Amino acid sequence: MDPTNADLVLDGNAVAGVLAEIFGDDLTAVLGTCPDCGKRAELATCRAYTHAPGIVLRCSACDGVQLRIAWTPRGYRYEARVQVDGRFPASG
Amino acid sequence: MTTALEWQLATVTAIRAETAKVKSFTFALPGWTRHRAGQHYDIRLTAPDGYRAQRSYSIASEPERTGEIDLTIERVEGGEVSVFMHEVVAVGDRIEVRGPIGGYFVWEADMAGPLLLVAGGSGIVPLMSMLRHRAATGSTVPARILYSSRTYDDVIYRDELDRLKAAGDSFEVFHTLTRTQPAGWTGFARRIDGRMLSDISQAFGAKALTFICGPTPLVESAANGLLELGLKAERIKTERFGPSGK
Repeated sequence: MDPTNADLVLDGNAVAGVLAEIFGDDLTAVLGTCPDCGKRAELATCRAYTHAPGIVLRCSACDGVQLRIAWTPRGYRYEARVQVDGRFPASG
Repeated sequence: MTTALEWQLATVTAIRAETAKVKSFTFALPGWTRHRAGQHYDIRLTAPDGYRAQRSYSIASEPERTGEIDLTIERVEGGEVSVFMHEVVAVGDRIEVRGPIGGYFVWEADMAGPLLLVAGGSGIVPLMSMLRHRAATGSTVPARILYSSRTYDDVIYRDELDRLKAAGDSFEVFHTLTRTQPAGWTGFARRIDGRMLSDISQAFGAKALTFICGPTPLVESAANGLLELGLKAERIKTERFGPSGK
């Protein structure tokens, strides 16, 4: 990761408001398991890429995609790969 | 009652310059709810054509202050929200906000410690809320902060940190200035590294409850450095406080 890109990376804390808006509750302290490497950690610790027309959360250990959120004219669309004890519907 | 997810119109009641690039804004909230130190608010700006920009800013004030909060905001070149806040907003203006938000990066006095804080630049803001909360509750939990700034003039809350230290209630502050140092500087003068982390954390051993907030490279190197020193991963909480102002 070059320094410029590293500066642009945030984490799950920064998107707490958007997550709460979509899922109705604060998710930053919720434990999630990465489907790629199995790391189990709070969603707050995911790397957050927000400089795009959407949000991507990636595992802080293996960089695997955990959650993708996009805005469309009909509202949010999301795809959750991270496993969080049944909190996410399969897609939205 | 206003919930944390509802937007409300807050009135700016005070603006203070902290450094050349950083200002603190006091917002009076019609739907104030007590926050936890470390949480943030979202600010949303809407242009006349409907275009919206939204960013998250950490709360700087302690939860014990009722009816209002302080947000400390660094001006980021090209930042849609931070430049507006710095250049346009005046006392009396009303701004859309929602919060308090976030349940992970929080410290409350009854979580005890010892409390080890590591900050880079404006990453000090949520940690300052924790220190103000600690002072407001009369907590004597041992606390140390290692704070990295570019220059002496970039140190946010410098005088207040000195005052908190002078209170003599087992709080200590350690500065490092990475770019230039004033004559006679006795603090650290390099980027945070393993030796510095060892010097600061040694007194607390491996049981410190640690909060790290700053730009991603600083957060990752500090967290990795502390893990190598034997601190427990579940006792290290991180927040990347990017210059995007998010």
